[in-house]
Amino acid sequence: MNSVGEGCTELKREYDQCFNRWFAEKFLKGDRSADPCSELFLKYHTCVQKAIKEKDIPIEGVEFMGPNREKPGS
Amino acid sequence: MGKHFFSETDIKSAWELVSTAFWQRYPNPYSNHVLTEDVVFREVTSDNRLLSRRLFTKTNRMPRWAERVFPGNLSRTVYIIEDSVVDPGNRSLTTLTWNVNHATFMRVVERCVFLGERDRPVWTRITREAWISSGLFGLSRPIQEFGLARFRSNQAKAMKGLEHALSNLQNASTGSHGDSAEKHKNLNSASKAQKPQQYI
Repeated sequence: MNSVGEGCTELKREYDQCFNRWFAEKFLKGDRSADPCSELFLKYHTCVQKAIKEKDIPIEGVEFMGPNREKPGS
Repeated sequence: MGKHFFSETDIKSAWELVSTAFWQRYPNPYSNHVLTEDVVFREVTSDNRLLSRRLFTKTNRMPRWAERVFPGNLSRTVYIIEDSVVDPGNRSLTTLTWNVNHATFMRVVERCVFLGERDRPVWTRITREAWISSGLFGLSRPIQEFGLARFRSNQAKAMKGLEHALSNLQNASTGSHGDSAEKHKNLNSASKAQKPQQYI
């Protein structure tokens, strides 16, 4: 799958590959050893953040699980 | 008030497999409207839950009458945030997905829970809920009607896409086992139009 930053797709592919393995083989099995993908994520993340800024995508400051309708009044 | 959508589907796949497939569901033959996918935030909490935020770009399909009303006014892409919490302790994956632009025209918020069933460990219950609203005075009703119809069709595609990812994982992991006696049993009627896909 392509990244929103045209130049980030290869970095994303490498990170995704690492994450998918970690998720299935470590995280789901309760293995809490150090995250082997953090370096790949950092590289990919830096690239994507730059693209998000350049494209003016308005996601900064958006609360996690923001519009959750389960909470009354939100 | 807006429109509300609710559906419950049981699929015969273990929650662990479904949550693994969740991250690998794009691209698939039913996801032509999904253009890009990115992880913009990810963290494992001290109580061992995985929090993620993904950003998607999707095509902004509009009804023809709306394109006449807003000529050239709306860009062709819509940005979507998908926040998720994976809780392996409770065997649950909860997602909240919503569009961040064009929100006055139409806001779609979807909440989806993938829950591993306790008494049937190889089954996962998918509860999908969506709220569709529009802030456009005088046009909100037809826009919401359109939004609901589009949501229905997209969520049917989403289910097929997930099944596709599940069958890919299944094929990759079993390979030589070849246990084809396990019959595909899917209660989601939307996926019956296509040839059945096999997964655990």
